Amino acid sequence: MRLRVEHKTHYTYNEPVPYALQQVRLRPKSRPGQTIVDWDIEVRGGQVEVAFEDEHANSVDLVSFTPGETEIEIICRGTVDVDDHNGVVGPQGGYVPLWLFQRSTDLTKIGPQLEALIASAEQEGTPLDVLHGLSAHILAAVPYSTDQSAADLTAEDVLSAGHGVCQDHAHVFITCARALGFPARYVSGYLMMDDRIDQDATHAWAEAHVPELGWVGFDISNGISPDARYIRVATGLDYRGAAPISGLRFGKAGEAMSVALQVQQQ
Amino acid sequence: MPNTPKYFDEMNGTGSGPRLPYEAYCKWFAGENNARLLEKSEEAEALFRLIGVTFNVYGDPDATERLIPFDLVPRIIAAREWALLSKGIEQRVRALNAFLHDIYHRQEIVRAGRMPAEMIARNEAFLPQMIGVSPPGDVYTHIVGTDLVRTGDDEFFVLEDNARTPSGVSYMLENRETMLHMFPELFSKVKVRSVGQYPRSLRRSLSACAPDACEGRPRLAVLTPGIHNSAYYEHAFLADQMSAELVEGHDLRVVDGRVAMRTTQGYKAIDVLYRRVDDEYLDPMNFNPDSMLGVPGIMDVYRAGGITIANAPGTGIADDKAIYSYMPDIVEFYTGEKAILKNVPTHRCSDPQALKYVLDNLSELVVKEVHGSGGYGMLVGPAASKKEIEAFRAKLTAKPDNYIAQPTLALSTVPILTEAGLAPRHVDLRPFALMSPERVDITPGGLTRVALTEGSLIVNSSQGGGTKDTWVLED
Repeated sequence: MRLRVEHKTHYTYNEPVPYALQQVRLRPKSRPGQTIVDWDIEVRGGQVEVAFEDEHANSVDLVSFTPGETEIEIICRGTVDVDDHNGVVGPQGGYVPLWLFQRSTDLTKIGPQLEALIASAEQEGTPLDVLHGLSAHILAAVPYSTDQSAADLTAEDVLSAGHGVCQDHAHVFITCARALGFPARYVSGYLMMDDRIDQDATHAWAEAHVPELGWVGFDISNGISPDARYIRVATGLDYRGAAPISGLRFGKAGEAMSVALQVQQQ
Repeated sequence: MPNTPKYFDEMNGTGSGPRLPYEAYCKWFAGENNARLLEKSEEAEALFRLIGVTFNVYGDPDATERLIPFDLVPRIIAAREWALLSKGIEQRVRALNAFLHDIYHRQEIVRAGRMPAEMIARNEAFLPQMIGVSPPGDVYTHIVGTDLVRTGDDEFFVLEDNARTPSGVSYMLENRETMLHMFPELFSKVKVRSVGQYPRSLRRSLSACAPDACEGRPRLAVLTPGIHNSAYYEHAFLADQMSAELVEGHDLRVVDGRVAMRTTQGYKAIDVLYRRVDDEYLDPMNFNPDSMLGVPGIMDVYRAGGITIANAPGTGIADDKAIYSYMPDIVEFYTGEKAILKNVPTHRCSDPQALKYVLDNLSELVVKEVHGSGGYGMLVGPAASKKEIEAFRAKLTAKPDNYIAQPTLALSTVPILTEAGLAPRHVDLRPFALMSPERVDITPGGLTRVALTEGSLIVNSSQGGGTKDTWVLED
């Protein structure tokens, strides 16, 4: 399937920003099942300082703001061919040892509610059965809802809230999968929803490492493994490691952000 | 000259006249008057105060600036002894550098079954952000300060490999300056190899590690946390001595793909940053987000090949005392040779059997925190009271992974000058090694630390230790 993406992230500030940097993880890579036909990042109100690969082999652009700007926009445009691999991403490549994906992070720390959730999940069957069961169990316990948008909830906080968005589901899944002994990671990317061109936001899901198969994706919010409608952009131990844009700025300016995202089949 | 027979005294050996390396010095000393030397000692202290060689002690609010006491009896090392030491240090530094490259790439040492993965996985100094990063010239350990102790005529042990940010080199240089100033005639009687070339060697060595992005003569800078840091004097001193800029985090920012320093003529790119700021505080975008001491984005510029950071981030893993216990394996694995310098036998308290042994023998062992430094948080069994031992036992039992234990070594002594004449005190030695792609350059000598309290084995300046000038004799 050939997907066309146009993704604009627009920041405005109520006063000029003296100095700011953003780490941008918005360059998907060609890999088995995913071919980048073309991909461009345009920065308005800033410039790309350096580009590098981080430890998870994500392509990262470090962007600086033009001093004194009150607006910055990051625009990604690209075309990607995707095949359906039933969510199987394959073996771990590169230098990162698998044990790193069993580390907990601030956002994926185990807590009493998570422990109870794991205890109540079905743990019989093959690893894939267990993980699919876990995914469904999480969605039942924490239904999808965009009602509240507190960013950076910990996995335990998500259970307290009782509902969540894709990022929250991924964090709960990752935490539980690690507790069950599976290396697990966070994936940020794009999803073409079938009924629309304009998407609300970028998407997030999780991958767990299963013996024999390697990495397998689980989109908890949609109850499936990623198919040809999913573009994998970046991975990390949690949202913070894979976030599309994370920044640091000097000064006291207030920030407002808006996203315009179109993903459509070509 | 009093001597404690239990310990090897470097000046007197077994007691029948001075050992060979000290002969010329002792001849000179015999012609000196103790009262005059004590006066000289005061003069030296005044000199240090004048230059401003002071340090801060953490956790001591009454003494924000203190002088490290200087003893004017030099510690003397024969050319033959130094040849062995420097060969052993070079071997160790090369092995450490290869180890660091390996653990941030394929981890062959783990694959080969020579080190358990947990040693790295559980190590807080392991920086995932360094995985796959190859620093310019593949040098991780630009500056290493190897702590050595001596127990006999030919017996040296490595106590620690300080590959993170070894300090103390300014004392090595100032101590020599002071001795040259006070006793010029002595240096015509004894042929001592010079140490004064260290700043030039440091400059050359760091410049040889400049990144590809560097154009022309490399621009060097020393990054300091600021004047409140205990080693600020040294940061300023080294920057001055090697004609580098002395900068703090807020002087630097990312400009045109480089880390650049604000100057009156605009921003100038830095090629090599000798940082004296810990990894955690180096870059708030990539490490501790609350840090005000670092440079946002420097790790990104580094990963893009735009700057050299010395020492490389993540080298602290090699300073871990549990990793230290694997050093003989590390040397063998990466160099194919047996380690020239010995390790102190080390019990890893994470191992239940070792823990039992350690708990049963606390009064005879030295117990250290795995990540500790500066002599803080350690137990010296033979010197500790029953109460101290019991308190330590509780800490050790609660968190055994956090500790290693070693036998209490019979550290050699070198006399210090006291009002009653010479008196032996325990010493250690920290030589400084510089690594560049072409060579390992070890300055002949180093920092000799001396425990000023009679019988004490703790030489750390934060625990009341002093320093001595260290002489390596010419052949």
